[in-house]
Amino acid sequence: MTAGLDARVELALGAFRLDAALAAPAGGVTAVLGPSGSGKSTLLRCLAGLEPGARGRIAVGGEVWLDSARGVRVPAHRRRVGLVFQDSNLFPHLRVRGNLDYARRRARAAPALGDEIVTRTGVAPLLDRWPGSLSGGERQRVAIARALLAAPRLLLLDEPLAALDAPARAEILELLRALLAGSDVPVVYVTHARSEALQLADRLVLLDGGRVRDAGPVREVALRAEPGRFGGEDELGAVVEAEVVAVDDAHELSTLAFPGGALRVPGRLALGTRRRVEVLARDVSLALEEPRRTSILNVLPARVVEVRDAATPRPIVVLAVGETRLLARISRLSLEQLGIAPGVAVYAQVKAAAVVV
Amino acid sequence: MTADDRAALWLTFQLAAVSTAVLLLLGTPLAWWLARTRWRGRAIVEAAVALPLVLPPTVLGFYLLLALGPHGPLGALAAALGLPPLVFTFRGLVVGSVLYSLPFVVQPLQAAFESVGERVLAAAASLGAGPLDRFLTVAVPLARRGFAVAAVLGFAHTLGEFGVVLMIGGNIPGETRVASIAIYDRVETLDYAGAHRLSAILLATSFAILLFVYGGARRLGLRARA
Repeated sequence: MTAGLDARVELALGAFRLDAALAAPAGGVTAVLGPSGSGKSTLLRCLAGLEPGARGRIAVGGEVWLDSARGVRVPAHRRRVGLVFQDSNLFPHLRVRGNLDYARRRARAAPALGDEIVTRTGVAPLLDRWPGSLSGGERQRVAIARALLAAPRLLLLDEPLAALDAPARAEILELLRALLAGSDVPVVYVTHARSEALQLADRLVLLDGGRVRDAGPVREVALRAEPGRFGGEDELGAVVEAEVVAVDDAHELSTLAFPGGALRVPGRLALGTRRRVEVLARDVSLALEEPRRTSILNVLPARVVEVRDAATPRPIVVLAVGETRLLARISRLSLEQLGIAPGVAVYAQVKAAAVVV
Repeated sequence: MTADDRAALWLTFQLAAVSTAVLLLLGTPLAWWLARTRWRGRAIVEAAVALPLVLPPTVLGFYLLLALGPHGPLGALAAALGLPPLVFTFRGLVVGSVLYSLPFVVQPLQAAFESVGERVLAAAASLGAGPLDRFLTVAVPLARRGFAVAAVLGFAHTLGEFGVVLMIGGNIPGETRVASIAIYDRVETLDYAGAHRLSAILLATSFAILLFVYGGARRLGLRARA
């Protein structure tokens, strides 16, 4: 992973201790998900070179930015990190054009597609405006454009949607998805919102108490995430990568095929596109016999792989549907009455499946 | 206005102008450092800078007289370097004024630099701006109202200097007799009309300057844009 980010940082701030390893390949989005106070932003500040006390090793694209063992410490302004904060941090004394030129003038290499960045981020009509007169969404567009125009070698986004209202959030999310998909540098996206991470990221890093609890492809980490800490108590769910294989226009349903089965979801999706579908554990119930005459559209034959939290009132059952894993959250009473245990064949009834992307 | 009046006013203006220039030159890095440092001993420096606000000017003047005199450390240093003496000279007055008006320049600058915010400077650093570049292109423009206030207050405060001048400058026409000393002189000799002329000019000038600080600076767009 020489083109990517490879970091291990330690930092003590009062009683808080950050000790985290983070790897992010070039050309993909790595989401760092964690509750507030987990050290997400501090980790980002370490990567950007803004924490003087940070120790460890940080390398990006084979270039070493920090190596405390060898006394290497590249200052922030030589790292070339694209930073987008929650509050956009535009220069209030410069117009939008001035803000963008500030980045462009200092870029070591002219950014490929400089004008295209301005067009694609939609900031061209804003060039003569003052940052103080922009809406929250517009400010974030400018901040994103400014970060990209500096031709960064690493792009860091710290809760860029947190300060926005719902329409602006959807708009900027859409923009980020379009821009980041084609990025050739590593992208680290910090958020406390599980839904944002699922929509944008290829890889997920769960951070809690300054430590990495889990890391890996979204599909795998989502299955292991602990509800409550990483998203709401009810947000535990499996993420399924699927392809739209059939569209029922009359009933407005689309069929998405995944390795091991298929799901029907509401809406007419574009045929042949790849989609990410979230199946929440609370929306999956289990039956030992194939349910007939049911209103539930998606009934999938599955095999129990594992039962987690079996002693709690609401255990989590890990299911294998072909190669794909799903989660079901059922009551302990049901678990006992149905005799659910690893190896048992069941039918998973999926009440709802949400297309995330 | 007599030739003596004009000489005193001109000298006062020169002293205020030179002192303000020196104050901005020295006060800017000091204020920047005070605004940014995390050093715990910072309070010592801040207290020292604020001293002229509470100290009787005669105390400051007295110690300056000792320091600048031929046997004082600064006077000896000047002599060792082959420089002319500092006491009872215009240059000595500049040294005294700079110390006397230091808080009036450093405090508004420090407040302005503190309000610039660490994150906007971090943004500049991430875009490739080095420390000096960040200071000149982000911190200074965002603190411009602080600079205006600092310059005006430093200038105005130096206009009103009396005790320090009396101690280290004396009363030499054209060299150290500034307006405030000249007024004192007139009152001593019961020349009230002469004291009036200069007093009224100083009063009007000072009021006009403060009016600029409180009102005009805003209209001139010197306040940072929201």
